[in-house]
Amino acid sequence: MELTPSSELLGSQNREEKLSPGKLHATQYIVALVLAVLLVGLWRLQIVSADGYRVLAEANRIRKVPVLAPRGRLFDREGRLLVDNYPSVSCYILREQVKDLSIDLPLIAQGLHLTVDQIQATLRRFQSAPKYQPIPLKQDITPDEQAFIEAHRNELPELQTLDEQRRLYPRDGFAAHLIGYVGEVSEQMLDNDSRYAFYQPGDVVGRSGVEQTYDALLRGKDGSRDVIVNSHGKEVGALGQELAVPGQDLKLTIDLDIQMAAEKALEGKIGAIVAMDPHTGEILALASRPTFDPNQFSVRLTKSYWNEILNNPDHPLLNKATQAQLAPGSTFKIIMSVAGLQEGVAQSMHVMCNGGADFYGHFYACDKHHGMVDINNAIPWSCDTFYYNLANRLGIDTIARYATSLGFSQRTGIDLPDETSGTMPSTAWKLKTQHEKWFAGEVISVGIGQGAVTATPIQLARALGGVASGGVLHRPHVVFPDEVPPDQLSAIHDTFPGSGEKTIELSPENWQIISDAMAATTVTGTAAASHLEGIDFAGKTGTAQVMSHDALARSGGGHKTVPNAWFVGMAPRRNPDIVVTVLWQNGNWGANSAKLGAQVIDAFVEKQRKRANNIRIAEMPAPTPAPLSPTPGSPPVTPATKPAAE
Amino acid sequence: MPRLSAYRDFDWILLGFVLVLSIISVLEIKSATLHTKFHGFEQKQIGFLLVGLVLMFLISLIDYHRLIDIVHWAYGISIVSLVAVKLVGTKVLGARRWIKLPGGIHFQPSEWVKLILIVAVARYFWNLAGKELTWKDIWKAFALVCIPMALVLIQPDLGTSLTYVPILLCGLFLGGLRTKQAAILLLTFSLLGGVAWKSGKFLKPYQKARLTAFMDPDSDPKGSGYQIRQSLIAVGSGGVWGKGNNQGTQTQGDFLPIPYTDFIFAAFCEEHGFVGAVGVLLLYFLILMRLIQNAQTASDLPGAFIVMGVVAVIVFQIAVNIGMVVGLMPVTGIPLPLMSYGGSSILFTFLSLGIVMNVRMRRFVN
Repeated sequence: MELTPSSELLGSQNREEKLSPGKLHATQYIVALVLAVLLVGLWRLQIVSADGYRVLAEANRIRKVPVLAPRGRLFDREGRLLVDNYPSVSCYILREQVKDLSIDLPLIAQGLHLTVDQIQATLRRFQSAPKYQPIPLKQDITPDEQAFIEAHRNELPELQTLDEQRRLYPRDGFAAHLIGYVGEVSEQMLDNDSRYAFYQPGDVVGRSGVEQTYDALLRGKDGSRDVIVNSHGKEVGALGQELAVPGQDLKLTIDLDIQMAAEKALEGKIGAIVAMDPHTGEILALASRPTFDPNQFSVRLTKSYWNEILNNPDHPLLNKATQAQLAPGSTFKIIMSVAGLQEGVAQSMHVMCNGGADFYGHFYACDKHHGMVDINNAIPWSCDTFYYNLANRLGIDTIARYATSLGFSQRTGIDLPDETSGTMPSTAWKLKTQHEKWFAGEVISVGIGQGAVTATPIQLARALGGVASGGVLHRPHVVFPDEVPPDQLSAIHDTFPGSGEKTIELSPENWQIISDAMAATTVTGTAAASHLEGIDFAGKTGTAQVMSHDALARSGGGHKTVPNAWFVGMAPRRNPDIVVTVLWQNGNWGANSAKLGAQVIDAFVEKQRKRANNIRIAEMPAPTPAPLSPTPGSPPVTPATKPAAE
Repeated sequence: MPRLSAYRDFDWILLGFVLVLSIISVLEIKSATLHTKFHGFEQKQIGFLLVGLVLMFLISLIDYHRLIDIVHWAYGISIVSLVAVKLVGTKVLGARRWIKLPGGIHFQPSEWVKLILIVAVARYFWNLAGKELTWKDIWKAFALVCIPMALVLIQPDLGTSLTYVPILLCGLFLGGLRTKQAAILLLTFSLLGGVAWKSGKFLKPYQKARLTAFMDPDSDPKGSGYQIRQSLIAVGSGGVWGKGNNQGTQTQGDFLPIPYTDFIFAAFCEEHGFVGAVGVLLLYFLILMRLIQNAQTASDLPGAFIVMGVVAVIVFQIAVNIGMVVGLMPVTGIPLPLMSYGGSSILFTFLSLGIVMNVRMRRFVN
């Protein structure tokens, strides 16, 4: 370290006029030591720990920005757009960006038109999420709010905007139960449902209808961009990106024209209409009333709207076509007829109807004095006396066997969530559920679709359509199976089990008897008022009491005591192209429902005729954004549980 | 006026090292300000360097003995200017350090005071040469340095005021402080320092936080530890070869604080790696050794004292600045000589080198 002192100096100088060489040498050593220490410091950072710091440097400058995949659109069977997306901007909060978020909250609240409490509630909900994960603060923000975020980039670096595609549903709850809606995945779903194992809190998923069943296909795959940011979070460049894979578009089996006819028929009523192609199980229309506005669910649901839905006694969220389990009334007589004919009993039965009959010490009424009745007029006249006798002859377990083979007390397996199965009583069923023996007299009411029998509209459509098709029953579905990859399809079938594809034995003679009798219903029978001229229209009405005669007498009347009106109709009578079930709750007479069913059948036949004549079918106007009216001040709510099925 | 031939004795080798370092500085300032509003500072730095070079030659013309003769006046003026700064100075970021002069020049007296102190301390100990230092001599030396130091400290400018300390220490060490006296002083000041730190009256909380953050920068990564943490990431991620000129992600992404002044060495380390950093350290080593050699060859005691004063200040600034950048020292805001951007710093360094040249050119003069 020591530098050689220049020799030229040594000599004449006064000793006191020179610094001591020892001290200068000491200084040289000190300097060398200081530099050596700094060198060690550099070595430690740049050689020993370089890799670790390299990772930190990368983490500093690279931020992963999600690129959200647009959800697949939904089309009707003719390719007409039902559900579209529209571009929207959401505001996210990055907790990593600031030390103390609470200081900024009042400003953020003001700029985004939220309250501090709302923001804090959101933050609490995401407390357990990893720090680097952006938290959705407000969806579908206005241009004003966007401008606020842009203007406060330096003061509020934690706010980030993200372009999203938002769902745009048809207005006025059109086909809302079939289509469903999307919303944030709930904690309950994340914790309890294996289908959501790989979802993150905050992910938008289908929460009902097709949106839920086909979520895996519709959602696509989110991508991400690696962007280079500076210390203020400003984007200064991009590295790579993983492209978002858009969700798959789906073609529904719904026919917009028939759906519109169904929606129109149900207007102002409570009930459901389902129309199906019995050759395949394709659902042509599915409507339920009262309905709801899925657009309100797709952005943050307001508490007032949610309360309105929850407090409606008629359960707007319930898909009555697949979830309402009610006594099928006289529509059940078709099942009785199948059982009676196949068992060889009904062919030879001739019953004198004097407005009812006595069984086991009780009088069972019929609504008319039908006189002498056989199977050919028992169906169109819907004579109860005939079926009381038939039920008594067959016994409950034979009836149950036929009903079960036609899909009663099982789900149909339709690809819509939360289908219910209805009930088909039998001796075993009663022993199991009520731990009691079956009383022989109980079978009499079952014969006319009362008592413990319940069914859903979709079950009736499948069963009666199946009978009219000669005993071939299909799994109802709302999405064409060839739109769905095979593994997905079998997964959906596993998730929505049901009686599915089935063929029951039905001899051609019996098939003819039943279908001819159903055709007579719309000509001379209970649905004669709904006769469609020139259309081979067959059907069966049902008027199901909602309470017993005794209870009715005690209740003192009221709208809710009025019987439910059922109708199952089809065209043509044999091997029908369409089967329609109408449930009009408290609609009083099956004949009333038959009129609604006739409107749907008429729309279907009208369309076929137009097509035959090559007339263009009217296009439905594309949906426009529904006006959103978020209520300021009311915190958003997430539907946690679905209302119980009726 | 010296003979023209005296420029044969001008330390051209030293100047060569200094110029190499200056070029490195200009290039790194250019890189560090590339995407910022400070873009173009490298040209101003070149301007400062040219002015510095001229001043260096000018001051080498004046015999340093003349400087010693008038230093008491200069000392008086500097005290007045420091008081003036406190009263009428321009306030920047909460501190009054600059006086605005006509022509848009901002004058920072505390830098010049350093130079005057070097000469004043040299003169003081020269007068005491040959005799043993008494406690009275020592206290006088303290007073000489501590009065301007206190005035700078209350600006507040902790960093610059600390650079006066090595001038005093160097003077005491070379002026003949005995081991026993040194031990007593060390003990006293550690005690006083400890008490002062505890009482919290002398340092503002942010100064204290900055002084302690280097020991655990991760304890408050967004607050007091932010600067040091970003600096460590910059230096460490540079690795052996660095990320390349203009390629430092910490420097270019504005993560590294003030990468053209106090943290320029971190920026340099990030872009040029361990190899580059060793090169710069080597240049500093050669410059310092060359300076100490000049002290050895000085013709008289005051000349040697002046040179060693310059050495002390430069070593101290290197140690504190690079120490800060690599996480061994607290953040004090002391620029790196010949590297950091800044007129006052550059001019001080070149003027002090000019005085060293001055001493060297007169080494044969008695």
